[in-house]
This record gives sequence, C-alpha cells and structure tokens, in this order.
Amino acid sequence: MSNREVYMDHGATTPVREEAVEAMLPFFKELYGNPSSVHSQGRKVRKAFENAREKTAAAIGANPEEIFFTSGGTESNNIALRGAAKRLNKPGHIITSSIEHHAVFDVCRDLEKEGHRVTYLPVDNMGLLDPSRVEDAITAETFIISIMAANNEIGTVQPIEEIGKIAAGHKILFHTDAVQVVGQLPVDVKKMQVDFLSLSGHKFNGPKGVGALYKRKGVKIDPLYHGGGQEKKLRPGTENVPGVVGLSRALELSVEEIPGKKAALEALRDRLIDGLLKIDDVVLNGHPEKRLPGNVNVSFSFIEGESILLSLDMHGIAASSGSACSSGSLDPSHVLSAIGLDHQTAHGSIRFTLGRGNNESDVDYVLEKIPSVVENLRRISPMGKTK
Amino acid sequence: MYNEKVVDHFNNPRNVGELADADAIGETGSFKCGDTMTLYLKVRNGIIEDVRFQTYGCGAAIASSSMLTEMVKGKTLDQALAITNQDVADELGGLPPLKLHCSNLAADALHNAIENYRARQGIGKTG
Ligand SMILES: Cc1ncc(COP(=O)(O)O)c(C=O)c1O
Ligand SMILES: [Zn+2]
Repeated sequence: MSNREVYMDHGATTPVREEAVEAMLPFFKELYGNPSSVHSQGRKVRKAFENAREKTAAAIGANPEEIFFTSGGTESNNIALRGAAKRLNKPGHIITSSIEHHAVFDVCRDLEKEGHRVTYLPVDNMGLLDPSRVEDAITAETFIISIMAANNEIGTVQPIEEIGKIAAGHKILFHTDAVQVVGQLPVDVKKMQVDFLSLSGHKFNGPKGVGALYKRKGVKIDPLYHGGGQEKKLRPGTENVPGVVGLSRALELSVEEIPGKKAALEALRDRLIDGLLKIDDVVLNGHPEKRLPGNVNVSFSFIEGESILLSLDMHGIAASSGSACSSGSLDPSHVLSAIGLDHQTAHGSIRFTLGRGNNESDVDYVLEKIPSVVENLRRISPMGKTK
Repeated sequence: MYNEKVVDHFNNPRNVGELADADAIGETGSFKCGDTMTLYLKVRNGIIEDVRFQTYGCGAAIASSSMLTEMVKGKTLDQALAITNQDVADELGGLPPLKLHCSNLAADALHNAIENYRARQGIGKTG
C-alpha cells in the first residue's frame, strides 16, 4: 500500500470545505431552533435559513422564492419530473436524453410504467445532444423536457441555452439536472431558460444529503409528499438547517472562485489527458472541448476497469469506472453504450475527476504510476499486447 | 471489499502467461460481464504438471484465475474435474456476493481445458 493519497473522484463526491463546516457548526449547537417556531430561537434560525436561500438563489441567477431545499440531486429531479407528471394527471410525453443520471433516467422509466411515453434522445459519439433532435421530438402531448447540463461520467456539457430556447418557444416545461455543473461553471437560470434546475451540495464541497430545486416563479407542479407545509408545501418536513447553511456557503464560494479555478482545473485536466493518451491503446471518452473542467474519462484497451481501479487504489489513487464489474450490475454504464462504445471499451473505462485540492503533483503522480498498472494488467490479459 | 487473500492473488497473480507446448487449452468467457480467461495445461501421466493462465477481467476474475492454477497443479485430471466454482471462491476465503459470477470463469476454463485434452487424446468427452 502507498502512503500517498490522491483523490480524483470529485464527480462522486467532494470533501466539505472548512468554511462550510464553520458556517454549519452554530446550527448544531446554539442555534438549534425550528425555523417555523414563533420564539426568538426559531426566528434567528429562520433568518439564517432565508439568508442561505438568498445566497443559493444568487449563485444561479434566481430569486429566493424560486429555491426549494431538498435532500439532494436525486430528490430534486424526482420532485420536478414526478411533480410535473402528477400535475398533468393524464398520460403525457416526456423528452430526455439517453445519457441521464439514474436519478432522471430511472424516474422516466418509472413514469413509463404509469402510462407516460418517453423519448430518450440519442447523443453523438462524444456525448453531445443535437438540440434540433429535441425540437423534432416534440409532440402535442410533450409536457416536460429534461436534459442534464453536463454528464457525470464523460463530462460532456450540453447546449442547455439552445434547448431552453426551443422549450420556451413551444411552452413546454424544461428541467435540467445541473448537479455536475453548479459550482464548476457559471449558471444562470434565466439565460438557460429553464423551469427547473437540480443541484446538490456534496458536489461542490458542501455537505451530503442536501440539495435544491430551482422552480421558476409561476410554474405549477404537485408535491410528492404532504406534511407540515415547509418549502411552500413542495417539500414539507423540518428544514435541514445546518445542511442548507453549509450548502449555501460552499456554493457562494465555489461560484466566486470559478473565474480563477476553471482555467487551472482545465489545465490539470488536459495535462492528465495528454499524459494518459501517451500510453498505447488509450482513447478519450467524451468531448475534447465541451467538457467539465475536472473530468477525465479514458478507456484502456485489453484490460478491465475494476481491476485498474483496484491497482490504482494500491497506489493510493481514488478514481471510478463505468465497467460492469465495478457497477455491480452485469452491464456497463448506459452512458458509455449510448456514445457507441463496444463492450470491451466501455469495460475498460476509468474516470478521474479533479477538484479543489488537486494539483500538478497529483496529476504527475498518477501519470507516474499508471503505466506500470496498465502494463501489469495487460500482461495478465489474453488480449494484452506487451511490447 | 475484497479480503486479503483475494488482494494478494490479484496483486501477485501466480502462473500468468502462456504455455507454448500446452497439452490442453481451455477458454471461457462471461458474455454478461465480459470477463474472459484462457487456461493452458501441461499434462503428464494423467497429472497436471504445469499450468498458466491469461485473464481479462475484474479483481475477482483475476484472483480466481490465479487461485485455480494453484489448486490444480499436481492434481489428476479427475481430481481437477471435480473442482467447482464454489471451491475456488471458498479457497479464496469468499468473495462479495455480487462478484461470485466473475469468479465462475476459472473452474469453467479448467473444465473446458480438460475436455480439450481428452478430445485431443481421443478419449472423448466425459459426462
Ligand atoms: C448528474 C447527477 N445527477 C444526480 C445526482 C444525484 O445527486 P445526489 O447524490 O445529491 O442525490 C448525481 C450524483 O451522483 C449526479 O452526478
Ligand atoms: Zn468481473
């Protein structure tokens, strides 16, 4: 085992930054009131909570009353899609992409069971969706379009503004799962012309289990839960005050830092990509330019992703893979299949996601260790070509 | 997620490679997850004298392959034929339930190799 640890799995989750921890602490201690209470303990907490809502709104160009706090990206996606379907109250048509996160994809699958028709739009071999396909797929029954802002596996960033224009032109609800984008790239809900946007705290160095749904003012959906009426009845339940405060602080800072960190992260990303592509029989998955700043996804021929992850772990390197064997299911990820990768290429994919705290020396450490990892596994493989 | 023995076999796989003068070759692949294995046997007087493997697959697949080669060396063909998928997993001290199917390829490749050997020797298939 190595004693150096290099974490390159920020797409899975990120460590909570110190400022967010600091911001949260008082709400575990002296500021413990229920924000719905009338007494001054409750009122103080309500004030902080609403302040967090303002910060969150400001970070994405929204108004505070358009922000609804949830337990994370999964719940935000469910509330938007299922809530719109519930409001419609009859079978309708949904347009989405074939590379959505399971928190959209599986919701759509489930809505199909309830009688809705879903179009899963194909993407090109770099993961990019052609907006004209959205336009072409629209029918009189289409009530919502849901397209992710950027893909969590291959990092491809979609032309959300163009799709937003199309949706708005047809007066169809438009949702974007921006979980991988918020805090990484500038987001403006007005420019994107979205009706709903999902974000999640733990992807931008905030806490886990807390997120938000932006719902444009005037857009009506039915709530999935009923209870004490919090979050304007859209997401009742006593508020996760520390979580929301931590999320808003982390979000405020990550958005502030975008101008400086984006180029730096991209430089690290490209350094890693260039180094990896120097190894024989390695291909880049995803788009060369329209790509999340920290996302690297490559496939190594002749070897399998989970075995690469295990070997990397021996060197203290944390990454992830879209291979069947690492997912616990028998199929490689639907995303890698959707961009046309054959079984073996999908099976040999590794995702490194860089984030806050990674530096050039981390990238160089990975580039130093990985050739022998690949070499060793190729030596074992019947398809391996040791040179 | 994997125990120490599995990790050891994964990190230091035994008997990796090909046997140029193999008496039998067994191949197997899991169509489902895509793992594949090729096993080479050198047989003398009905005893497995030498063995090599090549595996494309996850940690469980590689560790199981390596484990199997240790289990068969010196065994008679009949003894080797009696080795089951479960035996390999047990010898490794167990595998996570989701990874059991990945380990099946080792005993499968062995059985295919023995069939291949018997076919080459004109003994015909068993069973
Ligand atoms: C694109 C995308 N959507 C949704 C989610 C789910 O978010 P959460 O873990 O906050 O429920 C994730 C996180 O894995 C994601 O990457
Ligand atoms: Zn496997």
